[in-house]
Amino acid sequence: MKILVCISNVPDTTTRIKLATDSKSIDTTGIQWVINPWDELSLTRALELKDDPSSGVKSVTIVHVGTAMSEPTIRKALAIGADDAVRVNAEPADAFFVAKQIAEVIRKEQYDIILCGIESSDYNGSLVGGMIAELLGLPSVSSISSLKLENGRTVMTREIDGGKETITVTVPFVAIVQKGIAKEPRIASMRGIMTARTKQIRVYEPVAAEPLTEIILYEKPEPRAACRFINPDNPGELISLLQNEAKVI
Amino acid sequence: MSVLVYIENWDGKFKKLSFELVSYASGVAKMMSTEVTALTVGDVEDEELRKLGNYGARKIICIKNSMVRHLDNRLYSSIIAETALKEKAKVVIFPNNNTGKALAPIVSVRLMTGVGAGVNRLPLSIEPFTVYKKTFSGNAFARLVIKSDIKILTLQQNSYGLVPTENNATIETVEWNVDAASVSTAVLDVQKQTGKVLLTDADIVVSGGRGMKSPDNWGPLIELAELLGGATACSRPVSDEGWRPPEEHTGQTGKIIAPNLYIAVGISGATQHLAGVSASKCIVAINTDRDAPIFEAATYGIVGDAMKVLPELVQAVKELKNK
Repeated sequence: MKILVCISNVPDTTTRIKLATDSKSIDTTGIQWVINPWDELSLTRALELKDDPSSGVKSVTIVHVGTAMSEPTIRKALAIGADDAVRVNAEPADAFFVAKQIAEVIRKEQYDIILCGIESSDYNGSLVGGMIAELLGLPSVSSISSLKLENGRTVMTREIDGGKETITVTVPFVAIVQKGIAKEPRIASMRGIMTARTKQIRVYEPVAAEPLTEIILYEKPEPRAACRFINPDNPGELISLLQNEAKVI
Repeated sequence: MSVLVYIENWDGKFKKLSFELVSYASGVAKMMSTEVTALTVGDVEDEELRKLGNYGARKIICIKNSMVRHLDNRLYSSIIAETALKEKAKVVIFPNNNTGKALAPIVSVRLMTGVGAGVNRLPLSIEPFTVYKKTFSGNAFARLVIKSDIKILTLQQNSYGLVPTENNATIETVEWNVDAASVSTAVLDVQKQTGKVLLTDADIVVSGGRGMKSPDNWGPLIELAELLGGATACSRPVSDEGWRPPEEHTGQTGKIIAPNLYIAVGISGATQHLAGVSASKCIVAINTDRDAPIFEAATYGIVGDAMKVLPELVQAVKELKNK
């Protein structure tokens, strides 16, 4: 069984986003780039499965669509424990463009389980996983908070509005994962960092794909009005403000 | 031409989210001088279906299939995509929740459409079709142009509200023939949360952080939530510590919510936490640290100890209710 983990390269989640002077892009000066948090959890779960010989998982590969600029993030994923990596050498234009590139890699290399984070913390689209599945005609299961392999059968927990389902699907398929899939992201060991240097990154050129969307302008959120402080000895005032001023209770 | 909106039902019933989606679809349809078709899948009585007409749906299609009861992404997506083509839909609208996130990308590939994911207001313009959407988890917003002929939008819950519009809707019930061999997923077990206000549906949320100091101190927080008819939530450290169940975690990697009122108790307000709650209409912060970042996001703040403030708030709400 071969697992493919899709990795997105995003600004560290504590970054205070600044816009470029023309507001057509963000100002990337000083940004620390990291593996998208949900992708990091997917990778961790994939490696946990590979560590268990009874799971039948033989390899964990990562795939990323991006320019050479994102190689440090790929190396980090390799240091955490992925066996090898594919980078499609292109600026990720939109979700459809990225999905099309990854679908092409899967068509070429064949994987049994494809793991995608439920969203990326930069464009918040929640699109790429489902798009990959449909481009390949594969089943997908979304909002997965646990993934087990029991005697060759996949057993997953799917979060639904107001509950959970235990769901199974035959391979190959795309699992779109959320929090819970792994407890804590795995951290690279010293040995992992050393061996990552010699692991293979296959670089593919992109296939043609017309982006379906385009961001024309960024804006910062409207600043909130300053907080109105209420005397801690009189919390009743808060309740009256919530009722009469904010009108929310 | 039409605007198609996909409406989930829960055991044959709709909820506020459903009516908000129809309201939003009506707003989009108005901008495009067309009408709304609402689509739902499952056994829904006509009386319940008719409620969608109260928010502007002109036509309501209910797809029944007796074979597959659970959400199978490919089956549902094929139903939605085929209906969109039949109804000559120019825009297809989903909720930006678990279900919408599962289906919208698949339908988008079937129809070759661009997606505006997580929109929180009507399109800025129809020609070119430009929407306003959250990026960088709320640290920036983007104007996104969708270039395809058909467009898909997923609406952020509680961002548009309800707009009642009387409309004499027609109801069409369709029996869908499912090829069982084409369904690749099987549900083995379902666990439903019952009897509580769902965090994602709640208008009021009372949330606790590390400042609650111990899992034993939650009593007054829960009482306040119940008195206000709201739900309880927590910050990530609290759910990681096991003080509260993981499904209560709100924040970037947990639940992203936008209630009318969010009361953050003993939560410092790290960027990742605010990413999950910053779309709330009104935020109240209760914290001992006057410099905590939560106060930058808050409308109202109390600098004080939660253990002292919470019981007094409970008392004040009780007095209000007794009036």
